Amino acid sequence: MLARTADNLFWLARYVERAEFTARIIDITARLAALPKAYGGGAEWESALSAVGSLERFRETYEKADEPSVIEFLIFDPANPSSIRSCIESARTNARAVRTALTADMWQSINSAWLELRALEQMRAPFERMSRERTDPFLDVVKAMSRDFDGAAYRNMLRNDAYWFSRLGLYMERADNTARILDVKYHVLLPETEAVGGSLDYFQWTSILRAVSAFTAYHWVYRQSVKPWLIADLLILKKEMPRSLVSCYDNLARNLDAIGNAYGVQGPSQRHARAMLLRLESGNVEAVFERGLHEFLTEFIADNTRLGAIVAEQYLVN
Amino acid sequence: MVEQTFWDEMTGGGADVRTVYGRVNEWLKSTPPDVLAARRTQAELLFRRIGITFAVYGEKDAAERLIPFDIIPRVIGQSEWSLMEKGLIQRVKAINAFLCDIYGTREILRAGLIPPDLVFGNPHFRPEMAGKRAPHDVWVHIAGIDMVRTGEDEFYVLEDNARTPSGVSYMLENREVMMRLLPDLFSNHRIAPVENYTDLLLNCLRSVAPPRSAGEPVVALLTPGPYNSAYYEHSFLADRLGVELVEGHDLSVRDGVVYMRTTQGPRRVDVLYRRIDDDFIDPLAFRPDSVLGVPGLLDAYAAGNITLANAIGTGVADDKALYTYMPEIVKFYLGEEAILKNVPTWRCREADALKYVREHIGELVVKEVNGSGGYGMLVGPHASKAEIAEFEKKLVAQPDNYIAQPTLSLSTCPAFVENGVAPRHVDLRPFVLTGAEGSRVVPGGLTRVAMRAGSLVVNSSQGGGTKDTWVIEDA
Repeated sequence: MLARTADNLFWLARYVERAEFTARIIDITARLAALPKAYGGGAEWESALSAVGSLERFRETYEKADEPSVIEFLIFDPANPSSIRSCIESARTNARAVRTALTADMWQSINSAWLELRALEQMRAPFERMSRERTDPFLDVVKAMSRDFDGAAYRNMLRNDAYWFSRLGLYMERADNTARILDVKYHVLLPETEAVGGSLDYFQWTSILRAVSAFTAYHWVYRQSVKPWLIADLLILKKEMPRSLVSCYDNLARNLDAIGNAYGVQGPSQRHARAMLLRLESGNVEAVFERGLHEFLTEFIADNTRLGAIVAEQYLVN
Repeated sequence: MVEQTFWDEMTGGGADVRTVYGRVNEWLKSTPPDVLAARRTQAELLFRRIGITFAVYGEKDAAERLIPFDIIPRVIGQSEWSLMEKGLIQRVKAINAFLCDIYGTREILRAGLIPPDLVFGNPHFRPEMAGKRAPHDVWVHIAGIDMVRTGEDEFYVLEDNARTPSGVSYMLENREVMMRLLPDLFSNHRIAPVENYTDLLLNCLRSVAPPRSAGEPVVALLTPGPYNSAYYEHSFLADRLGVELVEGHDLSVRDGVVYMRTTQGPRRVDVLYRRIDDDFIDPLAFRPDSVLGVPGLLDAYAAGNITLANAIGTGVADDKALYTYMPEIVKFYLGEEAILKNVPTWRCREADALKYVREHIGELVVKEVNGSGGYGMLVGPHASKAEIAEFEKKLVAQPDNYIAQPTLSLSTCPAFVENGVAPRHVDLRPFVLTGAEGSRVVPGGLTRVAMRAGSLVVNSSQGGGTKDTWVIEDA
């Protein structure tokens, strides 16, 4: 297939996934910020910016990380390339350019979210602060877009390189997001912070689970109350958890192999993904904590980014 | 001014309905207006869902517009169509022969049949193509011939489109939507299918591929990109053809061979169905500021390594001044009389004609030879004295630049408009495909309809709509 088409599909899937993640982060942050200060520490909105990796960019234009400015920045700000608005617009531009590679439903899922966004902005008076009553339903629209897009791809797309490249985008973005949210909260996951009986951190921990829609899954897997090291175990090492790092890499390796098999050549990207998968599969949570959770995650994020560069070099620029 | 009368395709101007329209007429009589209105709304929803839009403005403007669609089909009888089809194939054959000649030995100029400056002074003539041959001598693989009808047996060619004619996606989508919308109407007609158009097109494109040692020829469709107003059509066709939709920067030329950048490295391309104008297609040969084209494409063509559909320089054959010579061109190359008539045209470059045009300017339409889309023209019957005087100055100063035609009484068809069913003017653009094994025309074509009462302007940019066109078995 055309290298440009593959590149567009890859990024299209990334933008959709990123928009959903940002919507989830806003959701859980609003939950935490509604608790008494003693529970959350009061810096929830700033921590939301860290979770999506945009704190520095935010500080360039905004002064205070309070609810209205963070919501503005994360949902609507066109100057923020990772704002939901920017993600939807970039996704739509990419989708238009590769329309022949998409099913009609995939196009529609993005186009209707884009229309919702426009409708929302048209109702807004200049400089008007957007109320949560209007932004909350929109966040649901964003999550629905991602579900529809993903579902339409999964159900109807031909299983060829177009599908595999778009899956690469999805899982690479997802792995990055999960690693980042863990990293932002790593200090509350350290074993020594465990307090006996009803820790205040409970809300921090569950917010991590909610961010990756794993709150219910946790209880099914462990059948016990929320423990920080088990959260790390779930989100890093449990293959049955769809947003865990190992599950993302299971999928990345599989889709890269599919490309390699179809093209009859395996290359550096297949080897890199396999090596990362092997490390995650053979790892255990004690070892991760022994080395340091933060160090582990920093290295993982760098390795994940490297995979993106290797894929680009192997397939997308030539 | 005399009130013009128009020939209606359903009634033929009489009290009775023409046979081919019998069942459509019954359907119209038995269907209440609110049902028709509901169908129209449904059609619009379908088009929006498919995403058929004809122009995309800046991203800020959500107005991706739909061309109005009229749900009443236009019906043409098989025998009428057969004659038209023969005429279309004949005409395209002559156009291809003319292009071979003009970029070859120029017999027609030596025979003194057309003035050389009509060719060499034409902005669409490409001296770079002189001496080059198109594979299988086909220059125009896809032609859109605009036809109008003025009576039972009167068909005229209004314009030949030999560059990159568009609109075929509407022909195909209109049929799809109609079949979903009005299944009952379909079940009591036998209608010639159009859905095999893209299959025929693919065969046609593959048939003219340069000879190669191994493998199937690789076809790609070259688009200016998502911001082009016909982008929907480009992506639609690439999809149906099962070929890559490429932009200029996806292609590169190395050692006279065209490659596209793929995930498996460079892949050779044999045939480019290009929807980019000559001017922009190769910045090394034509406009150097073009970022849409492919540097070196003309060299690859000269080396015989790629086929371009349509070939470069075909615009010289679809210009309005040359149009007037089409009957002579057909006769010169094919030794036959032209089956399709030209609209009678006065060439203002000829003294007698200029005299006639000046005497009758109030009754005529005067057009600039290289104008298009209704610009630079005078519609005599609708112009004021001052406008006429103003225009005449330009005409006298540069008579070579103008032709004149009578105002045609375009036929009408029933259309569903705001206040019910009423006659509206129509034209027809059939698409003629030509490959190594000759020409094919999918029955029918794109019917454009002027949705405003009395209007003769069918252009989509001026509010014109489209309707499905049925070629049916004669009753």
